[in-house]
Amino acid sequence: MEKRLGGQTVVLHNNPKIISRASIVGRKESQGPLAEYFDEVMPDNLWGEDSWEKTECRMLKEVCEKAIINANKQVTDINYMFAGDLLNQIMTANFAARQLGIPFFGLFGACSTMTEALSLGSIMVDGGYANNVLCATSSHFCTAERQFRYPLEQGTQRAPTGQWTVTGAGAVIVSNKGDGPSVTHITTGKVIDYGIKDVNNMGAAMAPAAAETIKTHFQDTGRGPQDYDLIVTGDLGKFGRELTIDLLAKEGYDISSRYIDCGCEIYSEDQNVQSGGSGCGCSAVVFTGFILKKMEDGEINRVLIGSTGALLSTTSTQQGESIPGIVHLVAIEKKEG
Amino acid sequence: MEYVRAFIVGGLICVIGQILIDKTALTPARILVIFVTSGVILGALGIYEPLVEYAGAGATIPLPGFGNTLAKGVIKAVKSDGILGAFIGGVQAAAGGIAAAVFFGYLIALIFDPKTKR
Amino acid sequence: MDAIKQKQDQEYQQYVYKKMPKSNLFKNCMLAFLVGGAICTVGQIVLNIGKNYYNMNQERAAIFTSIVMIFLGAVLTGIGVYDDIGKIGGAGSIVPITGFSNSIVSPAMEFKREGYVLGVGAKMFVVAGPVLVYGIGTSVLIGLIYHFFIK
Repeated sequence: MEKRLGGQTVVLHNNPKIISRASIVGRKESQGPLAEYFDEVMPDNLWGEDSWEKTECRMLKEVCEKAIINANKQVTDINYMFAGDLLNQIMTANFAARQLGIPFFGLFGACSTMTEALSLGSIMVDGGYANNVLCATSSHFCTAERQFRYPLEQGTQRAPTGQWTVTGAGAVIVSNKGDGPSVTHITTGKVIDYGIKDVNNMGAAMAPAAAETIKTHFQDTGRGPQDYDLIVTGDLGKFGRELTIDLLAKEGYDISSRYIDCGCEIYSEDQNVQSGGSGCGCSAVVFTGFILKKMEDGEINRVLIGSTGALLSTTSTQQGESIPGIVHLVAIEKKEG
Repeated sequence: MEYVRAFIVGGLICVIGQILIDKTALTPARILVIFVTSGVILGALGIYEPLVEYAGAGATIPLPGFGNTLAKGVIKAVKSDGILGAFIGGVQAAAGGIAAAVFFGYLIALIFDPKTKR
Repeated sequence: MDAIKQKQDQEYQQYVYKKMPKSNLFKNCMLAFLVGGAICTVGQIVLNIGKNYYNMNQERAAIFTSIVMIFLGAVLTGIGVYDDIGKIGGAGSIVPITGFSNSIVSPAMEFKREGYVLGVGAKMFVVAGPVLVYGIGTSVLIGLIYHFFIK
């Protein structure tokens, strides 16, 4: 059977399944509309640790352990761990992997890491090279602020297109046996850059990548929006979501009626987050908490999800470079039997 | 009246900063640099001092006031010390503010930790 | 190829700029005016205290005012209030000398975990450093010009 479709899509014939999921979020996220879907809420954003980085690392480690327990597995049953985060040299993932002791592939895809990890993990299982793979990411508001923006106590205003980094971590176990929705297709994104330089407008920087990859997925698979119950992007925010709808409409695809963005879902209007949520943790917790739960409950069966990454660094920004975007799409389907 | 003048002039200088932020996407660091530098130049040209006389703290508290202090200091020192004054005068006039900022900045950082935002 | 890509980028950027939600300039300016004005009024009160109660001359009183305002800005930053003032006041909280103080204290606090030398000591000048470089640099330049061409 053909394993590749078109230019960028892979078909997985052996039904790698998402057999467990776990999510941990911060206080602010637990006050949003999806509060009931998350497995654990941290009592505060420091969680008894003495640096924000340690807290994020603990979040990622604990969410991985939760996912392993939820799958009724031992740490030793997990063949590989795919994980990443936003910090320089993916400090969080490296340090969490140090504690977990699972063979580890560290990934940096900025906020696209959740579906990047899921893509690679599923291919690994589908190819028969692993029985159980752990895919996880995290982000923390306070670690991201100090690395990418300003110190927490600096008095600054946020632009209306700005976004709020989600404090949260999500993990899934992909397995060749067990119950859960199957990963059926993977469309790997290209790096797309339309020259947006405004770091307070990441939605606009990433929207072309989202539109381009979704379009390619439809072309490669011969599918269309109607083939999915839900199309999901990671953290484009309100403004980026509108742009994506527009850009795809220009290509002849109307996704507006079945399209959500995790960054728009996780907070409510009155939470003072401007355009919405962002960060690796944004799509990670909405996917593991909310979307997979809806699939379990049978409310939706076919989902196309793409975490969206803005591949900038503080160096590239200071040197006046534009912001490249990337989106990795994964098609997930609940199959009977 | 003194207080009203301070309020209005100080407020207006801040409005200029706000327009720069909203219209040009300049970062706060750049705004501060621009304001201090313009303060030094306006001070040297003798334009800023009348504003200080009119508005008091309304002109000295915003950052151009800090620049004006530097300019006034340097010109005074050049008059008395010649070329040496060019290197002494500015910092000398602003010494109180700089030392206070360093000292209190360090002290407060020792005592307090940053808190997450709501 | 490059020309086509450039045109496409430009069109997208213009379209984004047109569609993008803008900040409310009038409201922001009003708030900056009120917050900035209020801070300067406090400064005026301190200045008058210096002049009337401690019999300072104008110059001494101005230095005294700077020091007190810097202290107030630092304390408000430490107890976590200044960032809230900044969120509302924007430039009204950045431009006064209390904002300069905030720009020193906030990174100093934030980077304490990185140590007292390269964390607190170095990072406190992330914003204040450039301000001093350009402020002092320009003043020296002015001094030299004054010495050679005007005096």
